[in-house]
Amino acid sequence: MKAVVHVFLKPGVLDVQGKAVQTALHGLGWDDVDHVRVGRVIEFDIVGDDSAAARTRVEAMCDRLLANPVIEGYRVEIAA
Amino acid sequence: MKAAVVVFPGSNCDRDCRVAIERSTGADVTMVWHQDTALPVGLDLIVLPGGFSYGDYLRCGAMAALSPVMTEVKAAAARGVAVAGICNGFQILCEVGLLPGALLRNAALKYVCKPVDLDIVNAQTRFTAAFGDRREATMTVGNGEGNFFADDETLDRLEGEGQVVFRYQQNPNGSSRAIAGIINPAGNVLGLMPHPDRAFEPALGSADGALLFQSVMASA
Repeated sequence: MKAVVHVFLKPGVLDVQGKAVQTALHGLGWDDVDHVRVGRVIEFDIVGDDSAAARTRVEAMCDRLLANPVIEGYRVEIAA
Repeated sequence: MKAAVVVFPGSNCDRDCRVAIERSTGADVTMVWHQDTALPVGLDLIVLPGGFSYGDYLRCGAMAALSPVMTEVKAAAARGVAVAGICNGFQILCEVGLLPGALLRNAALKYVCKPVDLDIVNAQTRFTAAFGDRREATMTVGNGEGNFFADDETLDRLEGEGQVVFRYQQNPNGSSRAIAGIINPAGNVLGLMPHPDRAFEPALGSADGALLFQSVMASA
């Protein structure tokens, strides 16, 4: 199975990269863009065929290493 | 008096720390590799130096926090040994949970490298006692991710409990409440972004960093 983890700064945490990218997009004329957030995507293969069990394991990986709960939230996708 | 400096792959202030501690205090300094599973016996101070441990992969300090030696550092901290994390070392202490909060990308998205004037907010710690009546110090910062962040509740607690030790007079990186350095509730684990190891003799522009190392050794 394939796991895809999206890690983003939490809503209350100032995302200076996102802000800079938004300013750049506005500079290119895309004024309709708002709330840009820059995050990180981590994908990997995980052995097994029980997607619920895999999700639990990947969430544990997020809590332990892949995300810092002080500043980051995450979203896990599991695909066959 | 004995001190240890932990060397991670990508540390680049480890030797600076060694020289700074030796010249400031005369302490016997041992370099400890991050894969080591034991620390020298009888340490008075453990320093996690600045640099870019593990290339800052994933997050600053995240990989270093999982190094074998950190198990020993945590155990030593629990026994009351003084631990100082400088710059990347501060990031590691936050990642490993010995200090609250986290260090974010600088607000201006720029690497900041310059001397900064600091207020000594708490001069009663094991790391600041030698400053005596002084309430200001000058040290150098060099960071791209030195923007201290914690939620308001944590910040209020840090301020209320005297855990804010150093504050920037002019905030160089957007840190919450201009915090430059904090200490744990037990008072033996300090994290700070400014480098005492780059300010330990007048030729470096400031000798204030020497006082920090002397404070620790005087309390040993």
